[in-house]
This record gives sequence, C-alpha cells and structure tokens, in this order.
Amino acid sequence: MSAAVQVRQYILENFLFSTDTSLLGLDDSFLARGLIDSTGMLEVLLFLEESFGIKVADHEMVPDNLDSVNRIAAFIERKQG
Amino acid sequence: MTTQPLSAERAFALDFAAEIERIASGVRRALSTELNRRGLVVAISGGIDSSVSAALAVRAVGAKKVHGLLLPERISSPTSTSRGRLLAEHLGIEHEVFDIAPALEALGCYARIEEVCRAVHPGYGAGWKNKIVLEGGLEGRYNHFKLVAQDPAGKIHEARLEYRQYLMIVAATNFKQRVRKTMEYFHADRLNYAVVGTPNRLEYDQGFFVKNGDGSADVKPIAHLYKSQVYAMARFMKLPDEICNATPTTDTYSLAQGQDEFYFGLPYAQMDLALWAYEHGEGAAALGAALGISEAAAMAVYADIEAKRRATRYLGGAPILMGDPPGAA
Repeated sequence: MSAAVQVRQYILENFLFSTDTSLLGLDDSFLARGLIDSTGMLEVLLFLEESFGIKVADHEMVPDNLDSVNRIAAFIERKQG
Repeated sequence: MTTQPLSAERAFALDFAAEIERIASGVRRALSTELNRRGLVVAISGGIDSSVSAALAVRAVGAKKVHGLLLPERISSPTSTSRGRLLAEHLGIEHEVFDIAPALEALGCYARIEEVCRAVHPGYGAGWKNKIVLEGGLEGRYNHFKLVAQDPAGKIHEARLEYRQYLMIVAATNFKQRVRKTMEYFHADRLNYAVVGTPNRLEYDQGFFVKNGDGSADVKPIAHLYKSQVYAMARFMKLPDEICNATPTTDTYSLAQGQDEFYFGLPYAQMDLALWAYEHGEGAAALGAALGISEAAAMAVYADIEAKRRATRYLGGAPILMGDPPGAA
C-alpha cells in the first residue's frame, strides 16, 4: 500500500470517521478544510513516526510538508530516501 | 483600515470612568434579571485580571456582597496568595484561603504530571521543576509544546511532547482550573451568588482557558477588554501597586512560566496590539512596523490568531444539539 493511501486511510478513519475516499482529496488542504488542528497534527506525526519509521524534526513541522495527503506522502519519501 | 499609524495609545484609549459604570450597571442588571442571584463570588489569583474583576464586582454590588476565594495549590507562588490577600483587604471583601492541593493529590493530578515528566526526561524527580512552552505558530510552523524541565543543579532540559504525553499533561493540569471552579460554585450555591469569570479579551478570543474550568462563569466583566486596558483600568481604580505592576504568569507549572511562552508567543502588550490590528483590518505591514517585526512575521501572527480561534471555538460554545428542543435558546 502506498504512503498516500495509508495516510488517507488513517485520516479518513480517525478524523472523518469514514472509509469513503471521496471525502478527502489527495491535495485537499487540512488547514483550509478545518480538519486537522495543531493537536491533530501531533497525532498525525505520531502515526507517521510509528508507521514509517521516520523522525520529524521541529523545523519540518510546516504546512509545506504536512498540509495534504500528497504533501505528507512526498515528505515521507524524502525522509526515507 | 485607517491612515493613522498603529499605536497602543490609539488602540486602547478608553473612558475608564464611564466604562466602569457601564460594566457595573450591566453586572447588576444580569444579577437581578437573568441570574437571580444576590452577589458575586470571585476567585482571586493575585494577577491583574482577577483583581480588576473583583474590583468591578465591588463597584457593581458593594463589598458586602462579594465573596473572594484564594485557591492555592502545591506549586502556587507565595506572592500570588499574598497579593490576593492584599487585594481582598484593599477592597474590604470577605475572603478565605482554601488549599486545593489535597484534592489535586487525591485526583492524581501531580502523579500524572510527574509520570509524563519522567517519560520525557529520565531522571526527573524530587527537586526538579517543569513547565510547558508553546512553539511553532509564530514561525509559520504548527503549534506544539515542549516540556522544559530544570534539574536540581539548575540545568535546563527541553524536549517536544509527543501526542499522548501532551494530552496527558494538559488533562492533568486542567484539574487545577476545574477544581478551583468547583469551589467557586460551591460558595456561589451556598450564598446564592453568581460566579465571576475573569478572562480578558485576549484570553477569551484566543481560547486561553479551560472548558468547565476558568472558562466557566455566570458573568465575565472584562472579556471585552484588552489586557492593556485591564492594566490601565487597575491603575485608574487605584488598585495596589504590587498588583498593577504584576507580570502575567500562569502560576500553573512549577517552573516560572510567562503567559506569552505558554500560549501567546508574544508578550501581552504586543499580542494585544496584534489582535486589535487583526480586528480592525490593519495590514500585516502596519502591524510589523508597529511591533518591529517583518511583514512575513506579522502575517504569521495573524495566521496564528486565526488558528487559535478555530481550534478553541468549541471551548466557549454550548453543547451541540441534534435537534431543536422546546425552550432552547
């Protein structure tokens, strides 16, 4: 399963209480949609660190890296690469 | 948007005599027509907001109908209690000190906080102090908290709190505000009084309060006043110098903690001006010039104001209903 699929599934299940992928576009901004606040982002970070074996540094906690499914997937790829 | 330069003097100008009378009559009206209570309970922390709120309560209903509570716990600064007493005596109100530490101990508040501290900083124990510090929002990053601990030798240790640790330390710490509110309502019920909430505009707008803790009250007399105005009102009302000159602290963690590092990111005077500028449609360039920061940094301050509003909006709201029962407001 690709990182993007896993991340979307996690956010759908835990933030939208759904498995309906039409509810979350891969490029949807979590901030613009009001889906993930700063506490929610801590939860997403924990998921990323536990599921993908990466460590997210403080300076990496920016919307450019984390504010959509695709941005997160690209961030994981860069971290793992 | 105005063409005048952005300044605290212009933003926070207020006719204090008229405003005090307006608030006092509003509180009297609320007590007699909506709350049907005979007086006011105010928890006094020794800080500027509760001091001005208590003074306004006295203006509204007279000293004999105001009951002051000083509610220290294990890590409360002794100066908080001494300033609280000073204020109560200055106002001539009935007051009492009740130590909430045994209740907090029984609820597991201190043990839970120490568990997190030990998990984050192995070696944490007797003689250590802690606080949590907000980071990120003003640099365009997501807001997150660091646990800062000081060992007995004075060395500082810092680490980012992960999700579960952050939730636990906040949940355990919130016992403090909620136990205090329980005591306030005990006395309000016993006396048939109403409870005064003491948030200023910055705290009220930005959600800097605990739901069912310090956020809970029957009347909030200064929720519309910027903190700069609250300080100015304290001086106008001639409250004791020790109170007028007090630095805002949370008095919630064992290591000294300013409200700016805990929540707002900027000292209150700058945060006040930023909120005023945001509310009055001032551009980021004007705010940056007034605060001596870049336009980009000022834009991050605006974004942070919006993010905190969004994240905390539910704190002040009524429960969300799934229907429209008769009698609902």
